[in-house]
Amino acid sequence: MTPAKIEIENLSLTFADRQVLNQINLNIPANQVTALIGASGCGKSTLLKCINRLNDLKPQCDIDGAIRIDHEDIYQKSYDVTDLRRKVGMVFQVPNPFPTSIYENVVFGLKLLGVRKRHHLHEAAEKSLRQAALWDEVKDQLNQNALQLSGGQQQRLVIARALAVEPNILMLDEPASALDPISTLKIEELITELKQTYTILLVTHNMHQAARVSDFTAFLDQGRIMETGQTRDIFTNPRRKATEDYITGRYA
Amino acid sequence: MHDAMEGFSRHISQQFNHELEGIRTEMLAMGGIVERQVHDAITALTKNDIQLAEESKRLDQQTNQMELSIDDQCTKMIAIRQPTASDLRLIVSISRSVSDLERIGDEASRICKHAIDIYNSGENPKGYHEARHIGALVSGMINDVLTAFARRDLAMAYRVAKQDIRVDTEYRTAMRTLVTYMMEDPASISGVLNVMWVLRSLERIGDHARNLAEHLIYQVSGTDVRHQTLKSIKQTLRDDSPDDEDDLNPNSE
Repeated sequence: MTPAKIEIENLSLTFADRQVLNQINLNIPANQVTALIGASGCGKSTLLKCINRLNDLKPQCDIDGAIRIDHEDIYQKSYDVTDLRRKVGMVFQVPNPFPTSIYENVVFGLKLLGVRKRHHLHEAAEKSLRQAALWDEVKDQLNQNALQLSGGQQQRLVIARALAVEPNILMLDEPASALDPISTLKIEELITELKQTYTILLVTHNMHQAARVSDFTAFLDQGRIMETGQTRDIFTNPRRKATEDYITGRYA
Repeated sequence: MHDAMEGFSRHISQQFNHELEGIRTEMLAMGGIVERQVHDAITALTKNDIQLAEESKRLDQQTNQMELSIDDQCTKMIAIRQPTASDLRLIVSISRSVSDLERIGDEASRICKHAIDIYNSGENPKGYHEARHIGALVSGMINDVLTAFARRDLAMAYRVAKQDIRVDTEYRTAMRTLVTYMMEDPASISGVLNVMWVLRSLERIGDHARNLAEHLIYQVSGTDVRHQTLKSIKQTLRDDSPDDEDDLNPNSE
């Protein structure tokens, strides 16, 4: 077992008295792909957002428990949230490039962090676009508006933007659900490539995507972790009936 | 997931329910025909009934067709439904099982062919007693394993796997007896050889019946127990009854 990059311990979250996450305990191994699966509203995305502290400012949101990245509690007062968000890149369901050039999109985060040297920005842009398997398609049109790219290209651009600030964790919330099958396969291929360098957390409704790209799977049901394990075991022989019912498409 | 018997009807997709139930029913129907083929082949041999032998051989075409049809449905379901967990295991185990059933049918046809050869030669070779005895054992195994499939009964599947050890032992004993017959009466060699081939087929049928039991164990428990000793299958099934001689047989793979 690879060491845990993220340790989630007894994490509970309530929104205005509604229990969204209930005593979550989960270790996310370094340099592996961990998939979170579960029905809509089970808390997958909320859990993902907790790791990036995106729930902090929501009114009436109460978080209890601990999340440690590299053994450091990210909810302790002294923890630098900007630094956390640099370390933990996030990509959402619908590609959200900024309405500027492809180049500006990729270097946006770096500029925000105060990087000004042009050759440094150029290098970082090329490196991230290559990592996101987009470089060959856009290298001659870096000044073109990013919104003119196809959906699949936009999603890879957004991944490149996340990679530019050199995070060590990448969280993907339904990264391929709005894409056609070919773009989906490219994103999946990319995820497999990226896990050499990053710890990846994937939320998906597409069970077979989880089966194809992830090493570990955690099944959430009504805010609880029902089952975790090696993906190959979960998809051929789950231990719990609730997991079985969910992945085989049965009424619970 | 031992309580999944009613599970085939619980999918959100009704069509998928029908398809799964369909291949399961067809596999059991194929099993019924194969069971009859074996029974008829043994009767045809021991009663010199070549008409029955011909009929049994004709059934083989039917089981061949059923194998193709069920396997095709399995392939399509894997492509279209992308089944997981118990659904996937059900489909995989049925696909494997129809292949074993088809080969049982082939062995039954072989027995019929030898029955016809013996009849045409006008001989009345020794060894029918052994054939009848082992035939009854393997017929019982097929019957039991199909019942086990219908009920998803793993204890019964285990008994079938275990019975195969007994068939193997009886087969070796019978072969020695037949060799003695041939040494005593060299004129009987060609006739007894035919019976030996029959015994060989029966022994193979026993092996296929054990394979079927193993496919069922995989389907229900999720553990692939092929090429394992009885002792280790027993552990998989968490059967803690006292071991007998067969359970401990080191050659029981």
